[in-house]
Amino acid sequence: MSGNPLAYPIISALKDGRLYADDDSKKVFIKGTDGKVVDASNGQAVATLPDSASAVRLNNRLRRTIDAALGSLTLLSPDASVRIQAAQSVFKSHEESSLAPLDAALKNETNDTARKALTGARAAVVLFKADASEADKLDAIATIRARGDQEALALLSGLPGDAPPAVARAATAAMASIKGNLALWSTVQNAWYGLSLGSVLLLAAIGLAITFGVMGVINMAHGEMVMVGAYTTFVVQETIRTSYPAAFDYSLLIAVPLAFVVAGAIGVLIERTIIRFLYGRPLETLLATWGLSLILQQAVRTIFGPNNREVGNPSWMSGAFDLGHITITYNRLWILCFALAVFIILLAMLRFTRLGLEMRAVTQNRRMAASMGIATSRVDALTFGLGSGIAGIAGVALSQIDNVSPNLGQSYIIDSFMVVVFGGVGNLWGTLVGAFTLGIANKFLEPAAGAVLGKIAILVLIILFIQKRPRGLFALKGRAVDA
Amino acid sequence: MTSHFLTRSLDRSATIFLAIVAAVGVLLPLFNLLLPDTSMLHVPTYLMTLFGKYVCYAVLALSIDLIWGYCGILSLGHGAFFALGGYAMGMYLMRQIGTRGVYADPVLPDFMVFLNWKSLPWYWQGFDMFWFAALMVVLVPGLLAFCFGWLAFRSRVTGVYLSIITQAMTYALLLGFFRNDFGFGGNNGLTDFKDILGFNVQAEGTRAALFALSCLALAISFLICRAVVGSKLGKVLIAIRDAESRTRFLGYRVESYKLFVFTLSACIAGVAGALYVPQVGIINPGEFAPGNSIEAVIWVAVGGRGTLIGAALGAIVVNYAKTVFTSGVLAPYWLFMLGALFVLVTLLLPKGIIGTWNAWWESRKATGISEDADSAAFEDGAVKPHMAE
Repeated sequence: MSGNPLAYPIISALKDGRLYADDDSKKVFIKGTDGKVVDASNGQAVATLPDSASAVRLNNRLRRTIDAALGSLTLLSPDASVRIQAAQSVFKSHEESSLAPLDAALKNETNDTARKALTGARAAVVLFKADASEADKLDAIATIRARGDQEALALLSGLPGDAPPAVARAATAAMASIKGNLALWSTVQNAWYGLSLGSVLLLAAIGLAITFGVMGVINMAHGEMVMVGAYTTFVVQETIRTSYPAAFDYSLLIAVPLAFVVAGAIGVLIERTIIRFLYGRPLETLLATWGLSLILQQAVRTIFGPNNREVGNPSWMSGAFDLGHITITYNRLWILCFALAVFIILLAMLRFTRLGLEMRAVTQNRRMAASMGIATSRVDALTFGLGSGIAGIAGVALSQIDNVSPNLGQSYIIDSFMVVVFGGVGNLWGTLVGAFTLGIANKFLEPAAGAVLGKIAILVLIILFIQKRPRGLFALKGRAVDA
Repeated sequence: MTSHFLTRSLDRSATIFLAIVAAVGVLLPLFNLLLPDTSMLHVPTYLMTLFGKYVCYAVLALSIDLIWGYCGILSLGHGAFFALGGYAMGMYLMRQIGTRGVYADPVLPDFMVFLNWKSLPWYWQGFDMFWFAALMVVLVPGLLAFCFGWLAFRSRVTGVYLSIITQAMTYALLLGFFRNDFGFGGNNGLTDFKDILGFNVQAEGTRAALFALSCLALAISFLICRAVVGSKLGKVLIAIRDAESRTRFLGYRVESYKLFVFTLSACIAGVAGALYVPQVGIINPGEFAPGNSIEAVIWVAVGGRGTLIGAALGAIVVNYAKTVFTSGVLAPYWLFMLGALFVLVTLLLPKGIIGTWNAWWESRKATGISEDADSAAFEDGAVKPHMAE
């Protein structure tokens, strides 16, 4: 193996038919993918390709050799991610010819991940090498078993039938163990997806639960408050893009309070102008707020257009990391943390502030609260504003994982209702439990029944659940007749 | 007994309403068929089909008014029953296409051939017979409503909880019918109908007959609803609406009453859907959209909840307005107007058109000649119940 830095470009050029030989000057040139021409012997740039140069042709046997050579060369690449990539492809192809470069690469490997990938690749090669000793093969199986992913399973199941019995036994045992391991990880993955969906549902439903709990009002325009929050994020990002592009990473930090204020202000406005005239008529309130949702949707459609708007992820929210065999994206993780933070802040607010105290009093007994001097109509307005504001900040979070379009709110509204109906309106814990239960149940049903049937199953289950507990999981206990 | 119900429940406004429905149901098709195109009074076929659609909506609105106006059950999923009735009719019409489909399969509808299905699923059996399909039009929505209502009312799910659950029901059906493997044509639904009972669905004569039938259905369902709300049963329903617990403590089995009226209402909605489908020529999962059901509720609210006539009137007025506005330059503003309608009607006109008119009429009569209060006024919901919670 030559350590020549030009080895890789030359061979890859040869593979792609970009290598030119000039018979007159006995020189070889590489034509780059960008059209620039380089002298292959010294790497100097050349202005133009000589007219007499012609592309070096390949036949199939040469092509195979070249592929192997390329694999070996990339195994020695100075870039660790390229080495890992090469090791993965060797793991799949387990070509015997890769053994020597693998050993060479392993000798001076310093990066832990790359070393692991290379060891795995070496084990794959040894396992399929006809003249390797049985002990070596058993070692190889142990290494592959430790790797334990879908590819390892595929590799082991491709083991030829004439393998020595000890090796075959070890391979079967390894496959069983990998399968069990994978099943465990897929459960973990479903649980993670469920938690992620649950956090989204929690964000969308928590404001709804507050307004419903305190006022007995189902706000059909709640989804549109989420939408307003998402569009606030869009406007903030657009402003930052055009005026201070450097501050883009802080766009969400600006958008969260702004969305709370914007959506909250709209909420208070709606409460003061419409909802307060409809108290004691929850069904009519439901219709009026539905009408409002139509107006808000159409207004956004008129202002921002009917198409999806692009909201970007700040750098600290993009990307992902691996945990065992599952990949966790940063934006989902942040949203989970954010949802829990909102929940805790809200819980603290209800517990420790005067407004929280008043809200709880009105929830438990409106008339008694009024008799004790609580201005219930003020509490109503603030509650509605608070619920809407929280919907607004939910919109900021959802803009990171969903399309920002005028229909954003509608896609969440029925799910949020289900959370509230399931969890009950007695306290926020019901919403928390409801959101995560539905999220996780949904994600566990999905692989078995498909996304749509899973969702239908959830809806049917909720309808049946309501039989047992008509007021949800955490219902307020009371002796009031007729709600 | 029945005739007694009918005569007793027919006050003057109901008679006028029925006379108008009968006149429209007879005259419009006649003007369409008999008068030449050049005549001033000629009714173009598209207009008649359009009004046929409205009449079907009016029947749906009646069914909603029966449960919402008289029993206080706000169903946000009545569009589901409407659509199920429509699908039952659509399945019959699909079977009638026979070999005239694109793939010319004598038994399987086109979409099944397209999906490589080899035989008809069990739930499509029997739909080649009209009587069976007609039975299913009533039975399927009725059965769903019965099961759903039995579960919901027995465990005393009321108010907004019930509304949300009905919405979830229609949403679940929407998701299901969108799937191809559900066997109802998936996204595209059922369309390309050819014959109904041997008559071409596109022919003017068939369209006129369908229109007349829709008017007949409106009249009959109106009579049924009047009979129900005018009977002793109807009084109990109103009592449930105004004070459910009190009615229960008086010894009435509230859930049985609710279940009966909910199931009846679903059957009427199913019939409306079945008449709707041959006239518009398509049924697809979009009919299950929760928005449609809520829109149907607003028709009732606009016309006047708890008046029956108002529900039918509201359906026709709102849909006519929708046609006018969505076809002109005002199209982008229709949703604003619809939204405003929801808000303004609930805020300013809680009794709807008919209810407000009735109240005005009553007060005029009261100031003019002092007469005994008309017993119908209470039934019409014009008199507010005094039993506030």
